[in-house]
Amino acid sequence: MAENNIGSDSKRVLLKGNEAVGEAAIKAGCQCYFAYPITPQTETPEYLSRRMETENRVFLQAESEVAAINMVFGAAAAGARVMTSSSSPGISLKQEGISYIAGAELPCVIINVVRGGPGLGNIEASQADYFQTTRGGGHGDYRCIALAPNSVQECYDMTMNAFDLADYYRMPVFIQSDGIIGQLVEPFEMHPYKPMFEKLPPKTWALTGCAGRKPNVVRTLYMTPADGLEQLNRKLEQKYKKIQSELRWFENYNCDGADLIIIAYGATSRIAKSAIKKHNGNGKKVGLFRPRTIWPWPDVELVEIAKKNKNVKFLVIEMSMGQMLEDVQLALMDIVLKKDILFYGMGGGWNPTPESIYDKISETLKK
Amino acid sequence: MNIIKTQPKSITTESTKYCPGCGHGIVLRLIGEIIDELGIREKMILTAPVGCAVVLYDYMLCDVVECAHGRAPAVATALKRVHPDKFILVYQGDGDLAAIGTAEIIHAANRGENLSVIFVNNAIYGMTGGQMAPTTLIGQKTTTSPSGRTAKGMGKPIRVCELLTTLEETKYLERTTVHSVRNINKTKAAIKKVFQNQMNGVGFSMVEILSMCPVGWKVSPTESLQFIEEQMISYFPPGVYKDTD
Repeated sequence: MAENNIGSDSKRVLLKGNEAVGEAAIKAGCQCYFAYPITPQTETPEYLSRRMETENRVFLQAESEVAAINMVFGAAAAGARVMTSSSSPGISLKQEGISYIAGAELPCVIINVVRGGPGLGNIEASQADYFQTTRGGGHGDYRCIALAPNSVQECYDMTMNAFDLADYYRMPVFIQSDGIIGQLVEPFEMHPYKPMFEKLPPKTWALTGCAGRKPNVVRTLYMTPADGLEQLNRKLEQKYKKIQSELRWFENYNCDGADLIIIAYGATSRIAKSAIKKHNGNGKKVGLFRPRTIWPWPDVELVEIAKKNKNVKFLVIEMSMGQMLEDVQLALMDIVLKKDILFYGMGGGWNPTPESIYDKISETLKK
Repeated sequence: MNIIKTQPKSITTESTKYCPGCGHGIVLRLIGEIIDELGIREKMILTAPVGCAVVLYDYMLCDVVECAHGRAPAVATALKRVHPDKFILVYQGDGDLAAIGTAEIIHAANRGENLSVIFVNNAIYGMTGGQMAPTTLIGQKTTTSPSGRTAKGMGKPIRVCELLTTLEETKYLERTTVHSVRNINKTKAAIKKVFQNQMNGVGFSMVEILSMCPVGWKVSPTESLQFIEEQMISYFPPGVYKDTD
């Protein structure tokens, strides 16, 4: 599989991250979009309300997040490419439906433009939904693929990829954005849709009326063990293992030979990179390891880097009280002492500045 | 000898999981007969709700989607938007439609979705063992209203047909019962009407069916018929509540 490349018939345009997500969905052939307004993601439904209408596709503002995700369930069951978007409190409401979608093995794309929490929290950027997204989120044994863009370009590219991955693996795929990336306006290459896979599996399971075939049933209820719940969970486990071996996206910036490696994703990784650029040249070398998939997590790659760099320290930076930190600790548990994995983060809809990260780098390297 | 009734082609030969005297089997049988009569089995997509009707895919030879509790009208909305040429049947019980799914049914009705809704009202949560439903009658004893339902603190039973008449985009609303042969025939005609409305693009059409749950009500099947005749009908009067045709 290959990620989307910029084609010759692309053009450079200026859009918000949330709008680029919408345009990518249009280009990827999203037939239905259901959502409910919530800050800071509302630009996506506003953008798509116009675009879906001109394309003669389905746009529906649902009565709730709960209804929206169940409409996604229905459209996915009907065989359509479908997307919804929301922000943290709305994603919490959608978790019931996401569990059903995962259980029924239906493909869909879910955008989470993360804001501060818990509860209503605030409308500033946050990364405090990491657990919610990477651990399943709703009830039952399941996972969702989660792509984490850190630019408007990646919002666009990854949304296209998300539709392909959802169809390929038959499961919900998240775009885990945040209040900064979603609101960010910057130029990007708007290229035509380029599929990740030469061929996607045909949707023989879709509900289309049973003309010429046996009836299809989309279900998640298996009342007896013999009925198949154990088999379903084993099948899902196998699928998740396959994805973990096939889909670990990351960026390695300057990690080779680094004395300190910052681990950050999304908006935080952009800010960290600015601080690193300012710092390097001051003697010790600082790198950035950026997961571009937060599930599956690129643990194999981080371990390879850690093995090469003797005495390297790690600094995890998140706009939360430390959630991805646990995945870093899990990845490195056999080769790095816990004390060499440091954390810098805050809750409350806070974002670090290049200066604050610069200071943190200097402080860490002095220890 | 003339054969006047046969097994509908849309119904499987699976043995029933429903309790003796339950009304779901009657309603599903009527739906099967109508699907056959209209010749739309291969165009059908049914929604199975949470509750006793969830297993309807064991009995119906059509495409079926099993929905989360109360969400069938949202799921069906999307199915119909994706496949406007297919026939989407929404099947819900009273806990599903009138408690946990009130938002979904009201907004699907308010949008005037071109759907056919079968609302089976047996005034109880059957599958979980007989708890108080939004349609449980005043004074009715259930496992969660052991002294009988009171208006104070529990509210009065919700009359769904009457409630939905206020929404201007609803096109057809009727309440029937299945506690006697005459009423079963009337129910069949009502179900056929809501089917035909969808085929003709009329818009949101629903039939509410008063149905027996002897096990949940803790009465005999015969007594359950009397319960509908003597208790339910006076509070939930059968009849056509709206017909904009």
